[in-house]
Amino acid sequence: MNSQVAPILIFTYGNPSRGDDALGPAMYDLLVKHQQETSNLDRVELLTDFQLQIEHAVDLQKRDSVLFIDAGVSCAEPFECRKLRVERDESFTTNAMSPSTVLAVYKQINHCEPPPAFLLTIRAYEFSLGQEMSEHARANLRKAYDFITAPHIGAESADFANQCFSTKPRYGGTVV
Amino acid sequence: MPSKLETAQSPQALKRVVIEPLTRVEGHGKVTLLQDENQVIRQARLHITEFRGFEKFIQGRPYWELPVLVQRLCGICPVSHHLAAAKATDMIVGARELTATADKIRRLMHFGQTLQSHALHFFHLCSPDLLFGFDDDVRHRNIVGVIEDHPQIAKQGVLLRKYGQEIIRITSGKRIHGTGAIPGGINKSLRKSEIEYLQKDITQIIGWAQDSIELIKKIFFEHYAYHLAFASIESNMMSVVGADGAFELYDGGLRATDCWGKSIFDHVDYNDYEQYIREGIKNWSYMKFPFITSIGQEQGWYRVGPLARVNNCDFFSTPLAETERREFMAMGNGLPVQSTLAYHWARLIELLHCTEAIAELLNDRDLCGKDLLNRGELQLSGTGVIEAPRGTLFHHYEIDEQGIVEKASLIVSTTNNNQAMNESIRKVSNQYLDGNMLSEALLNQVEVAIRAYDPCLSCATHAIGKMPMQINLLNANNELVDRLEKRVDGQFDRTI
Repeated sequence: MNSQVAPILIFTYGNPSRGDDALGPAMYDLLVKHQQETSNLDRVELLTDFQLQIEHAVDLQKRDSVLFIDAGVSCAEPFECRKLRVERDESFTTNAMSPSTVLAVYKQINHCEPPPAFLLTIRAYEFSLGQEMSEHARANLRKAYDFITAPHIGAESADFANQCFSTKPRYGGTVV
Repeated sequence: MPSKLETAQSPQALKRVVIEPLTRVEGHGKVTLLQDENQVIRQARLHITEFRGFEKFIQGRPYWELPVLVQRLCGICPVSHHLAAAKATDMIVGARELTATADKIRRLMHFGQTLQSHALHFFHLCSPDLLFGFDDDVRHRNIVGVIEDHPQIAKQGVLLRKYGQEIIRITSGKRIHGTGAIPGGINKSLRKSEIEYLQKDITQIIGWAQDSIELIKKIFFEHYAYHLAFASIESNMMSVVGADGAFELYDGGLRATDCWGKSIFDHVDYNDYEQYIREGIKNWSYMKFPFITSIGQEQGWYRVGPLARVNNCDFFSTPLAETERREFMAMGNGLPVQSTLAYHWARLIELLHCTEAIAELLNDRDLCGKDLLNRGELQLSGTGVIEAPRGTLFHHYEIDEQGIVEKASLIVSTTNNNQAMNESIRKVSNQYLDGNMLSEALLNQVEVAIRAYDPCLSCATHAIGKMPMQINLLNANNELVDRLEKRVDGQFDRTI
């Protein structure tokens, strides 16, 4: 159902009313504002949702590269960025598919490799309904935002990995 | 009707088996099975471990924010909460009826939501069990396994989901956090180009829905006796029906029937639901246990959702779904179909109805109408009830003179099915786990029974790394004697 799509997709996910689970959608809001005010995200489409599901494989079509952004309680502070592999998510628990499994669905329904994809996980702490985002998480969000909005996103190269890795020390995140 | 196994005479002398959380059941869940010294299952309980705090989350907010706010209660069915809250706030703003455009656009949104939810459940959550069998290697029994072995089916599932999401996006204005329904109506109608966009694929979508029913029938009849008996319980059924008895998802009166198909109540105005439904409490669960007041808690529990709706309605208004309903009902030989696994079949009949109803609505000029809102005299309370994909959903609000919510009461679909899920677990546990060591295959039998209800225990969150499955075996002295852990890669470890 995609007609014209931006070459780069940034897909954030989480529930805005669940404490630090709001990190994904909060990043979405920041990036929308950034996109409106600058031109260095003009090759980027921003999408957000509560969680990943099978139909999101369709959103990956015709992209040069994809960056997923999520909150996580087990990653290093302030954030981690890693390249994703196409692999089965054997846990398949609950409502949320892992981004790697979304890539696997893409491959199976399109019979080709998905675009290069990366996961930026921002360190989170609490996920209670109605809770505000924690101060720690806000600080991590800001560092991740600085990382994302560095010039590499708008660069001609579609290789996120090289760009992410080269900017790692400046923003204090972990690239794995 | 509750089993004698629910409360054992001497629970302190029983051994406990804890299964936590349930895979592919939304959110957190935990099953506790209590065995006696002879390894007979004496108690089986589905616990909901998270206190959700819905009411507290909503109290203190202005009523006009509710249709948007409540979408954040659940990432699984935000549109259902959106519409139920919109209906309740219709009452608050005194809009007893909606304009034709508002009514039809909301219905279209709801059909889209039900279509995508049912597609997800069948193609993602339950079809692996049905296609591969309950004893299949757990690593194979997921959506990726389905795609590998049945590539066309899986692709159809993805595209059905996507189509439903597109309807939601267009009718609500956004992919998520939509503002389409507002108190008294809607905030925008559809453009001709949007309708044409949706019409482009609808014939194909109906065809895929028909294919899915043929598939479920094939699966069901291959092991007919087994599917009929698995986790089968005799229950009352409750749903919304139209004034003429037609199948209805968006608006109508409440109908409850007993296990013989006899009427308990019919065409009840849902504004009076508190006279007909009460919520019981049990000290071992945060989730309440609704029951039909006139029958009482012991016998008055009921089932909601696709099985109840298809059993309860007199007919479907769309021809293909009505043909399928008749074939489905023939299974009961004049009585309601009570097979728990028949939920899957009923769900797909509803999915087919949604596609037909969407096709009809897309030809309706009212979708492009300009008359969007009705208003009347402000009321201090309002109730909204819809048939969410998983079953009847109640929203009730009371506000002060400034429009601030003072009280919010919600009965969500999964809560309505609470006792029924416990009954099905007990049935399966007693049949398959009695006297046996825990195994993946046996545990999956319990999960398959629960999954049939498509429960949403969602916290709409997804703290990666926080949700391994753990199985603890405790003896009568509460001592841990065995533990199985399910790692995120799907492997089981015995950690004691």
